[in-house]
Amino acid sequence: MSTVPAERTDGSAPVLSMRGVSKHFGAVAALTDIDLDVYAGEVVALVGDNGAGKSTLVKILSGVHPQSAGTINFDGRDVSINSPVDALHLGIATVFQDLALCDNLTVVDNLFLGRELGPFRLDEVEMEVQAWKLLRQLSAKIPSVRIAVASLSGGQRQTVAIARSLLGSPKLIILDEPTAALGVAQTAEVLNLVERLRENGLAVIMISHNMQDVQAVSDRVAVLRLGRNNGTFRMKDVSTDDLIAAITGATDNVVTQRAAQTGAAGAGGKPGVPPGASGTADPATTEEGTVQ
Amino acid sequence: MTTNPTSEAVPVATDLQDERLIRTEGFKGALKVGANRVRSGDLGVLPIIVGLLVIWTIFQLLNPFFLSSANLVNLLLESAAVGVISLGIVCVLLVGEIDLSVGSVSGLSAAIVGVTFVKQDWPIALAILAAIAVAAVIGLVYSFVYNKFGVPSFVITLAGLLGFLGLQLWVLGVEGTINLAFDSFIVWFGQQAFVPVWLSYVLAALGVAGFLLSQLSLARKRVKAGLSGRPMSMVLAQTVILAVILFFAVWYLNRARGVGWMFVFFAALVLIMHYAFTRTKWGRSVYAVGGNREAARRAGIGVTGIYTSIFVLCSSFAAIGGILAAGRLAAAAQSSGTGDVNLNAIAAAVIGGTSLFGGRGSAFSALLGILVIQSISSGLTLLNLESSFRYMITGLVLLLAVILDAVSRKSRTSHGRA
Repeated sequence: MSTVPAERTDGSAPVLSMRGVSKHFGAVAALTDIDLDVYAGEVVALVGDNGAGKSTLVKILSGVHPQSAGTINFDGRDVSINSPVDALHLGIATVFQDLALCDNLTVVDNLFLGRELGPFRLDEVEMEVQAWKLLRQLSAKIPSVRIAVASLSGGQRQTVAIARSLLGSPKLIILDEPTAALGVAQTAEVLNLVERLRENGLAVIMISHNMQDVQAVSDRVAVLRLGRNNGTFRMKDVSTDDLIAAITGATDNVVTQRAAQTGAAGAGGKPGVPPGASGTADPATTEEGTVQ
Repeated sequence: MTTNPTSEAVPVATDLQDERLIRTEGFKGALKVGANRVRSGDLGVLPIIVGLLVIWTIFQLLNPFFLSSANLVNLLLESAAVGVISLGIVCVLLVGEIDLSVGSVSGLSAAIVGVTFVKQDWPIALAILAAIAVAAVIGLVYSFVYNKFGVPSFVITLAGLLGFLGLQLWVLGVEGTINLAFDSFIVWFGQQAFVPVWLSYVLAALGVAGFLLSQLSLARKRVKAGLSGRPMSMVLAQTVILAVILFFAVWYLNRARGVGWMFVFFAALVLIMHYAFTRTKWGRSVYAVGGNREAARRAGIGVTGIYTSIFVLCSSFAAIGGILAAGRLAAAAQSSGTGDVNLNAIAAAVIGGTSLFGGRGSAFSALLGILVIQSISSGLTLLNLESSFRYMITGLVLLLAVILDAVSRKSRTSHGRA
């Protein structure tokens, strides 16, 4: 298990640097001493089991809950993010797992919610034109932007949510399970989109349970386990086995034992299929059933 | 070659390019869209127009005086005061809250105007401002309790209903009734102020022209930006319908005393609030908070600020309505704002199509709803029925409106319109 240091070869400072961040809900410590660095033009995947604290971390960064302890350094300054407005002003845009869209409003209304053009005389035409431009950029399949979001499918709603996060020209985009509700083509679109965000020099934090997606686009993977850091890996140096082990906290359990066995059995395993995927003994592993 | 070369040269508007979109063009297409919308539970103002026609027909058959110019002039004047209060109720309903104390607040403001203007000899403008300021403070207190402690608005304003009724009685003192002088401004405004005939036609013409110009400029702007504009025939048809209704109404009312300034004032408030709800960032935020409060918060909307502005607006409208009612009655009494004022204001907003569930409705529902309520009230009065029947029938209509709201909400959900 090789934890890579946060420093970068070109010596640039990270866009986001969290140190010792903790969050308590009453007696429950959801996060303890979390360190995380994200650089511009980099996709960091945040992985971990259910209850590992991924969503709590996202909520801290997006200003939904302030952290209980620790410091957040954004763009070279120590910041306190006490509200969603603070996060938006800093340039942190979040696409929440529950999408946080207003069902009673139209697509355009939702896209520009909170940053409408022309506060005292809404420029509906310009907003609609920009909305179409944005949605076309994302190759979104939305039939009309003047229909209520309630009438869109899950994938379309996801696209609207992602498109909205791009409108404020943020520095850091957080995607909470962006592909969970999507079809094959839309997943590919979202992954393309994530790569495009990286090319544009944005920092991206992507939460996913889907190891395939994580491997496809991320540069580094940060693993959380039971609210603590459990290693940060460079994508190109790490195998799925190591990741699974870090996620489940198991370097010595029934899964790894089985992995060792199948590894010893040699050529019997199908190429490219990590042994962990076939393990059924550990429920934590089967939850990562998307590993292929 | 059978294809027409010109049809290919016409670029498809940006918003109509999706191949799955059912193309509806021209006048017929627009009608079809409207019919589909109604079928899927997005009823708009249709039920209320139908309801109003039914009510008017029934009362006209029972008493031929009902639809006479003289009675309609009165009906409009009577609607203005409670209509303004109802406009405040529309505000709170849009964010999914309620204010049960509007009656008491309107009575309190009438009492304040009575005491300061008659007893203390304040200038009338100052007395009115003081009453509205007190109401605004009441709204601030409500929003403080709501935002700070998270008490449901239902309970806060129920407390306010009692508390401010008490305050109203205390302000009025032992006499209980303060008569306002007949030559004072508010009594004149409530009873005698009518728009001159020529001006009423000018106002109607301005309304029609304003509608036409805004629709045309919007259509031109959309086409220029590469979007689809509304079909010209539809715009013209709507303009003609609006013109016929407005000019006929003005002509008909002018056969009696004419259009009351108080009603014009109410209509102007409705138009202003309609603009605020639909064309400003604030209005968009109000609908967002009513639709999904957490989503609105995460989009960076200051949710507490929206609630504060809404509660203050609602109480202020209640105060304005109370002052208008005092002017109409030429007195501030212990009974001001009591009885059915509260329920009528809430019923008007709901009957007009503003949802009790938040995030859906419009300023016009106050206008349309109060017309229904006042028509029933006026019709039953003409039939010499006691107020007991008026209460029962108004209650029944309110129940029907709420059922319609709930049913159309269900239908919208199943048709994916929420």
